[in-house]
Amino acid sequence: MHFTINGAPREAEPDIRTSLLDLLREHLGLTGTKKGCDHGQCGACTVLVNGRRINSCLTLAVMHQDDDILTIEGLGSAENLHPLQAAFVKHDGFQCGYCTPGQICSAVGMLDEVAKGWPSHVSGSLDSIELSDAEISERMSGNLCRCSAYPNIVDAIREVAEA
Amino acid sequence: MKSFDYARAESPEAAVAAGGRFIAGGTNLLDLMKLQIETPEKLVDISRLDLAEIEERADGGLTIGALVPNSDLAADSRVIKRYPVLSRALLAGASGQLRNKATTGGNLLQRTRCYYFYDTAMPCNKREPGSGCSAIGGFNRILAVLGTSDQCIATHPSDMAVAMRALDAVIVTLRPDGDRRRIAIGDFYRLPGDAPQIETMLEAGELITHVELPPPPKGIQLYRKVRDRASYAFALVSVAGIVLVEDGRIASAALAFGGLAPMPWRNPAVEAALIGQTPSTATFEAATDALLADAKGFGSNDFKIPLTRRVLIACLRDLTGGAA
Repeated sequence: MHFTINGAPREAEPDIRTSLLDLLREHLGLTGTKKGCDHGQCGACTVLVNGRRINSCLTLAVMHQDDDILTIEGLGSAENLHPLQAAFVKHDGFQCGYCTPGQICSAVGMLDEVAKGWPSHVSGSLDSIELSDAEISERMSGNLCRCSAYPNIVDAIREVAEA
Repeated sequence: MKSFDYARAESPEAAVAAGGRFIAGGTNLLDLMKLQIETPEKLVDISRLDLAEIEERADGGLTIGALVPNSDLAADSRVIKRYPVLSRALLAGASGQLRNKATTGGNLLQRTRCYYFYDTAMPCNKREPGSGCSAIGGFNRILAVLGTSDQCIATHPSDMAVAMRALDAVIVTLRPDGDRRRIAIGDFYRLPGDAPQIETMLEAGELITHVELPPPPKGIQLYRKVRDRASYAFALVSVAGIVLVEDGRIASAALAFGGLAPMPWRNPAVEAALIGQTPSTATFEAATDALLADAKGFGSNDFKIPLTRRVLIACLRDLTGGAA
């Protein structure tokens, strides 16, 4: 099977049952993407497929051979952090850090959804969006943080959104 | 997960001819396959089919391709303008990541989240026909109070389908013999009766290709969902309501309910109790009485009956302009 991960062509021969998450971690050595619940409930496995955030645990690798897949490794590096990575460090948006790659990939996708004008459950109006803290919390509800760094995660995302 | 054969379909006709289980977003099916609740021998990948468009209908309605993701449908400017109840219902469901993957067709067909359906160590007539229902007499807090049978008290988990039920959507399918069917959503789902494993009237190999929305209804539309946490949880009770008040009287009403029954629930007696009446607490209570006349709790879900009463009356106040 042929994949495009973080802009580079990759090849692997996983079992047909392999999730996109397990392809990344077990076959391609991209262990930045985390496995939490493996059932789409925690968001630790969030990656961007063709620019959209999804749970990589709930999709089959074989279904994504023609897609552009972006993981935390493709967003930034230790020498050149993505603005969200820098903001999470600055605002202490984590404690143990396990959920953080998923939080950051999710936030990248979420901010793009806001830029497109997509409403959320807490939007007062469906056709004009103001990115309040309540909006950030609602839109990030698919990413759990058992250390409960939520207030700082919201601070980090707000700073990048307003930059 | 049990292994399976995999094929990517190149057309809807090829998909129905392939003879396997369809997979599109996969967010529910793969979850169930990991737990071996679903064990398909063959998956037919329909995710690349050309069924992801929302198109205008000559009558002012919309035709929604079965592969339109939930997030795109919720954010579509035509849906926001003409069917806000549908946008609101979609946005009340799941998470941003799941809505990006979950499709219109798949959402209609998602399975119950009954704890016992998910627990393969326990009897469940829906998962293993004839094994018994663990929810009756068990933990049934999230389960149904309407439309149940002595075989099953599972709820249908969708928010989207509740709004579509209020909107009188039509489900368009393609059968393996090449015939197309147009099925009113009110006829699409089956009550559990003595065969809770059969949830819709779809035949083996029949593919949902589109959902048609009739011209937008007049009046106020709302979707209200009550759940255990503020976001990313299934409904304890939800209401999709569309009500038109003219000259001080309720001219038309469509009310559908989630979290209460094995299917998106709608009862003509509720609407009959409203139409022609002046909005008032007495009118709203009569409608609520009609909805709950046959409601039956199973212990830990008894609370849903008074909860539904309060939620529906509050919704009817908002839908009629808060006059009563």
